[in-house]
Amino acid sequence: MSRSLKKGPFIDFKLEKRILEMNDAGKKSVLKTWSRRSVISPDFVGHTIAVHNGNKFIPVYITENMVGHKLGEFAPTRIFRGHGGKQK
Amino acid sequence: MARIVGVDLPKNKRGEIGLTYIFGIGRSSAQKILDEAGVDRNVKVQDWNDEQVNTIRKIVNESYKVEGELRSSVQMNIKRLMDIGSYRGIRHRIGLPVRGQSTKNNARTRKGRKKTVANKKKAVK
Repeated sequence: MSRSLKKGPFIDFKLEKRILEMNDAGKKSVLKTWSRRSVISPDFVGHTIAVHNGNKFIPVYITENMVGHKLGEFAPTRIFRGHGGKQK
Repeated sequence: MARIVGVDLPKNKRGEIGLTYIFGIGRSSAQKILDEAGVDRNVKVQDWNDEQVNTIRKIVNESYKVEGELRSSVQMNIKRLMDIGSYRGIRHRIGLPVRGQSTKNNARTRKGRKKTVANKKKAVK
């Protein structure tokens, strides 16, 4: 079930503040964040955000199509290198 | 013979069911269409008169996204997910379940027929 519209999208307050500050100052730098749960708002477009995947930060360049998704969707937490292979 | 948006409807089925042969129309929207057109749900497709067929056709054309248009919009949505590199897009790309289902067993609809691995070691007791 989707989130109630009444509440609006969830964005970590700190992250939003930092993005808005950067928008006001008109500069762009890579922002590290652990907040995978935050929804990408239209303010984020054009920024590169380094999203933590539990191990390291994955740089994600935000495009318009990504608005409405969450940051965590773009930083996979698992690596699958294939099954089997040569065994001794 | 009623032909709506390029689909032949089955003659000897009730209108409510017959309409569901159109991709994008299920029971619920079929009922809504028939109510709006003022056609009894239980009347068979072959018993619709021309006027009724036309009203139904008009309603379907105007307010429903069906058949090719719907199929292409579904494809576009999937393509969008794949292009932005989201988790769901990646799952679509590698042909695994998208909505968090378990893949330890089953998940055969997405994974296709079983691929048996030769000489896979059985667990030793």
